[in-house]
Amino acid sequence: MTNAFDSEAGSLGSGPDQVQFRFRDDEPVGDATVTVDAAVEQPDAAAVRIEPGDDARDLLPHLDRLSLVEINFPSFADGRGYSAARILRESGYTGELRAVGDVLVDQVAHMRRCGFDAFAPDVPMNEDGVKRALGLFENVYQQAADHRHTIPELRHWSKV
Amino acid sequence: MYRYDDYDQRMVDLRVEEFRDQCERRLAGELTEDQFKPLRLMNGLYLQLHAYMLRVAIPYGTLNSRQMSALADIAERYDRGYGHFTTRQNIQYNWIKLEDAADILADLSSVEMHAIQTSGNCIRNISSDHFAGAAHDETVDPRPYAELLRQWSSFHPEFTYLPRKFKICVIASEKDRAAMRLHDIGIRILRGDDDELGARFYVGGGMGRTPMIAPVIRDFVPLDQLVTYAEACLRVYNRHGRRDNKYKARIKILVHELGAEEYTKQVEEEFAHLLDIGVEPPFAELERIRSFFTDPDFRDGAKTIDRSDPDFALWVDRNTHRHKHDSYVSAVISLKPVGGIPGDATAEQMRVMARLAKRYSFDETRITHTQNVVLPHVAIADLYDVWSELDAADLAAPNLDTIEDMIACPGLDYCSLANARSIPLAQRISQRFDESGKTGRIGELKLKISGCINACGHHHAGHIGILGVDRKGVENYQLSLGGSEAEDVSLAKITGPGFTEDGVIDAVEKVTDVYLEQREGEERFIDTYRRIGMGAFKEALYD
Repeated sequence: MTNAFDSEAGSLGSGPDQVQFRFRDDEPVGDATVTVDAAVEQPDAAAVRIEPGDDARDLLPHLDRLSLVEINFPSFADGRGYSAARILRESGYTGELRAVGDVLVDQVAHMRRCGFDAFAPDVPMNEDGVKRALGLFENVYQQAADHRHTIPELRHWSKV
Repeated sequence: MYRYDDYDQRMVDLRVEEFRDQCERRLAGELTEDQFKPLRLMNGLYLQLHAYMLRVAIPYGTLNSRQMSALADIAERYDRGYGHFTTRQNIQYNWIKLEDAADILADLSSVEMHAIQTSGNCIRNISSDHFAGAAHDETVDPRPYAELLRQWSSFHPEFTYLPRKFKICVIASEKDRAAMRLHDIGIRILRGDDDELGARFYVGGGMGRTPMIAPVIRDFVPLDQLVTYAEACLRVYNRHGRRDNKYKARIKILVHELGAEEYTKQVEEEFAHLLDIGVEPPFAELERIRSFFTDPDFRDGAKTIDRSDPDFALWVDRNTHRHKHDSYVSAVISLKPVGGIPGDATAEQMRVMARLAKRYSFDETRITHTQNVVLPHVAIADLYDVWSELDAADLAAPNLDTIEDMIACPGLDYCSLANARSIPLAQRISQRFDESGKTGRIGELKLKISGCINACGHHHAGHIGILGVDRKGVENYQLSLGGSEAEDVSLAKITGPGFTEDGVIDAVEKVTDVYLEQREGEERFIDTYRRIGMGAFKEALYD
């Protein structure tokens, strides 16, 4: 995985709805996003935006044609988007998964673990803060969409 | 008991480092209070009426003597020389300065403790039976399963912004000493048909404004799927729990609105999916954790006490609990001295408890959700020495499970949410019953006092419950009867119109007088209430 901070992609965008950080090597998708309902009905839709009340599972039959999924966080305190992200990744979605809205530096590390690989916050995040947050914990206790080896696994590595 | 390895220690140390940086930025004015608030809350630091309050996690209520001594040092160095043990088996310090917060967390880390996830809408400290590993009636020690879930829930990336806070309790006996079915998830470890261990899941219990008893969601989850099943329960809640109204956001409302059957169906679908994904830690990890909870080296010894000192004999009768080894008991140190503040302990008292634990209880203490402290493994031969030292430290109140052993929240004396004071009421009630001498005659009676509708004092689950409300600027107290948080769990019912502070103390006495007149044989208060119903009590209160 490319570190956004080592590439040009790390400084993309600055305003609302623009990507501030992107942790992917492929070309950013230019398509405008449509709602989940529209994406299900339009066989050529490639970019979709999930709102907190939407069911991410509605998209599962259509993952092959999607290359951008935006998940909106109208408030940082509404954590439904974390489950939506993991569900998409667990079902094999490999396209861009972009967190938009009230996305703060303190959420970035958890979002990365749930499968987000692009961030378009309403208010740009402090770049040093994001670096610090992503680099802080070198280990994790539980499985998530990032497939890191967990602490319980590392403890029993020699015995596995 | 469980000990950190390098991984655990590093996680906590890094968290302290992160919080130190955040505190410095706040003190330098780089972070506003609005920006700082969610960060401090994730580290257990609340802003209360008069000062910051720090809530320290005590996982499943277990502490060794070194940890208890560290809590004493913190009380002395950073607070006013005391701490308050809570109904979550935690400790709170009520007079903390922001400048000291990171240093306190560093001190805690040096004894394998922290304040992570003691606040916020995340999975909170996991509670358990305070006699775990000692009780004669348990199937197994429930704490390894609580520890497994503690690690799984620590910094969980998907469940840090849940609709509301989330509390899990793990027990392993039929007897419920931890209010298990009044938790968001209650788990009972038990043996299945083929003698294999598994977990029964109860989901959707809780107190607060809308008390509910958790229904069984699944009778038996194999132990090598425990984390996966919990993850499924949480995911359904995170996706579908209500977020439009803070007071309807707990999982109990979701389970109630969907119905237990539909909620279960959704959990089972998610569970099947997660089993395919594979989120369970290796089984070897559970075995590793279990190896920390093996029995200490119990020795055969005296099985009876010398009853010639009546004060000692009374304390033994009231404050000790039967142990799985017949030469030992679990001794409960009451933090409810007559006229005292329920759950408070001074630094000096904490040091006494730490010393006794080291010398007489295989280096262990437990915090109970009823705000007392347990020495889980005391040899019967040592009991008199233990009692003598406790008595000298004003820690030998012989009132476990009596009306004096009440739960009370901090109330309006500390809490910014409270509508009424709880502590003075608790103090006056214990004085009244001590003076009248009725405490002993009444026997087991669980009185619980909350200073507001959020029910931190568990009033819904009290044999007698008191709820403080604000009525046109005056403190008013509602009385309720018939609740229980034990295996005979039930929710209390309100008697009728509320009372003034003086009035509610009289009302409690009237209610207990009805019981003393009406009881048959060995009936406890709750048994008599269940037999005769509300009528006789109402008559005495309002006619």
